[in-house]
Amino acid sequence: MSSAAPIITAEGLKKIYHVGDVEVPALRGVSLSVPRGEFLAIVGPSGSGKSTLFHILGGLASPTAGSVTIDGEDLTKLTDADRTNLRRRKVGFVFQKYNLLPTLSAIDNIRIAQHFGRNKEALSPQFHTLLKELGIHHRLHHKPRAMSGGEQQRVAIARALVNNPAILLADEPTGNLDTENSEIVLHLLRDLNQKIGQTILMITHNPEAAAYAHRTVHMRDGRILD
Amino acid sequence: MINRLVLENLKHRRLRTLLSALSIGFQVTMILTVVGISRGMLEDSVTRARGVGADVWIKPPGASAITLSGASMPVKILEYFRKQEHVTSAAGTLVIPIGGVSTVTGIDLDQFIALSGQFKYLSGGSFAGPDDLIIDEWYAQQTKKKVGDIVSILNHDYRVCGIVEAGKLARLFVPITTLQELTGNTGKISQAYLKLSDPGKTEAVIAALKKNLEDYTILSIEEFVSMFNVNNIPGLRAFIYVIIGLSIVIGFLVVGLTMYTSVLERTREIGILKALGASPPDILRIIVRETLLLAFGGWLAGLALSFGANALINSLIRANLQSVIVVDWWPIALLIAVVASLLGAVYPGMRAARQDAIEALAYE
Ligand SMILES: Nc1ncnc2c1ncn2[C@@H]1O[C@H](COP(=O)(O)OP(=O)(O)OP(=O)(O)O)[C@@H](O)[C@H]1O
Ligand SMILES: [Mg+2]
Repeated sequence: MSSAAPIITAEGLKKIYHVGDVEVPALRGVSLSVPRGEFLAIVGPSGSGKSTLFHILGGLASPTAGSVTIDGEDLTKLTDADRTNLRRRKVGFVFQKYNLLPTLSAIDNIRIAQHFGRNKEALSPQFHTLLKELGIHHRLHHKPRAMSGGEQQRVAIARALVNNPAILLADEPTGNLDTENSEIVLHLLRDLNQKIGQTILMITHNPEAAAYAHRTVHMRDGRILD
Repeated sequence: MINRLVLENLKHRRLRTLLSALSIGFQVTMILTVVGISRGMLEDSVTRARGVGADVWIKPPGASAITLSGASMPVKILEYFRKQEHVTSAAGTLVIPIGGVSTVTGIDLDQFIALSGQFKYLSGGSFAGPDDLIIDEWYAQQTKKKVGDIVSILNHDYRVCGIVEAGKLARLFVPITTLQELTGNTGKISQAYLKLSDPGKTEAVIAALKKNLEDYTILSIEEFVSMFNVNNIPGLRAFIYVIIGLSIVIGFLVVGLTMYTSVLERTREIGILKALGASPPDILRIIVRETLLLAFGGWLAGLALSFGANALINSLIRANLQSVIVVDWWPIALLIAVVASLLGAVYPGMRAARQDAIEALAYE
């Protein structure tokens, strides 16, 4: 781990959702600093604002207050179009429900991410090696419904990494998997972090899963606990 | 890559894709058939007018060129025509509408044959009595009439005496004196045809006739047939516009509904695409491409269907309606299908493009 400038800095992040006339505070002032190359686990009870934090870090939503910098880019100053760009270049998402496009094969799911990432290069030899390590290189022409949950989640990880994002945001990546597949995915994430220095933020409910990370932060009621 | 996604989406919802394309297809067929019938009928009129073999056509003042309704001239005027220089023969006919676009034509058979040449009888022969009727093959085929059968026209029973090849003057011929008496037109004709010794003298003959018959319409046959176009049929152009308007509305509704349900169903997928970095214009482009593909497929289906409609019309009701394939309208029909479909895709497309990615991802 390097001691260089952190890849993520968040200061006093607030997010208030408006549901009709009701204000739902999802984040009540979150400050977080993540060094480049860290594997960070975020745990906390349901509704504590973990996903909301990810959505802001990933440029899917804008904060109500506070500031975020990702890889040197100040998100609070970004327009919608800039945030789309940020998603393309800096962020890879992995979701609990895999979220593969059901009509496309595994490889096309990866290629479409490349397409929207405006990444015109052919898949690199390193990426092919990654596909082998993920154990899905022989399943690339199958549609998601022909694959197990573990396989689908590994395809989703490959898809999240195809554009070499600065950060990988994994929201309960093992939440839908059995123990065996969970372990495979967690090992893979740790390997990615160790071998290529991929910065990873992972939300989980599971302490065993959190144990794979370098560090764990706890969230409750829209705040990070010390 | 986007094309792959678009194709897979359409394939994934095969039945709906097929049904929407078919709806667009029907819309295209509707236009092509209406235009095909308009043109087919006009072309048939031209063929029949030319089939007479005359050089000059004359109608009395105040009558419409197309329907020949409203006025008549005395039979005796034929004598005057025959006396003109270069005129070798003159024949008059009485045309009476019998409903729809159909007419019955009274002719003096000897006079008409003298000008036009013998009919080509497929069965039977010329008038043997005052209540005889000559029909053309299309009418015979459509109404399944044979020589000897009775046909009632304007409450009068005629006996079919002959069936002739189509393409000469009219479809139903009766002795002109019978028709004149039955319709209160004794001694009257509604149009006259002249045959000249030298067709090169047509202009000269017309010029000479016009000096004394100022209010008459006197045309060469080519001028006459050139009047059979869409613009000269009252209301036809407007009717075609109405059909086009209707099919745009139908296409708009069908595609609008299809794309709307498709966008709703794909809420989650659209969220995924956005998380992968798709911008709102990217999403809109996907919807537009899907729509264009639907419209194009529908157009192809419409072309195929229009051949079917054409064949059906010409084999079942050729005596009333004639239809032709109008290739020059294929691109117009495509344009109409595309415009209607794109209009239908506007709202669903905007909705998809504006969709909030997080809500979409949370969508079950
Ligand atoms: N789009 C939204 N509109 C309104 N309220 C929302 C929205 N998204 C989240 N919330 C609310 O914000 C709070 C935080 O939600 P969030 O999804 O971030 O929690 P979480 O920690 O990820 O929970 P879980 O562990 O169940 O995934 C919750 O009270 C939730 O109801
Ligand atoms: Mg969550």
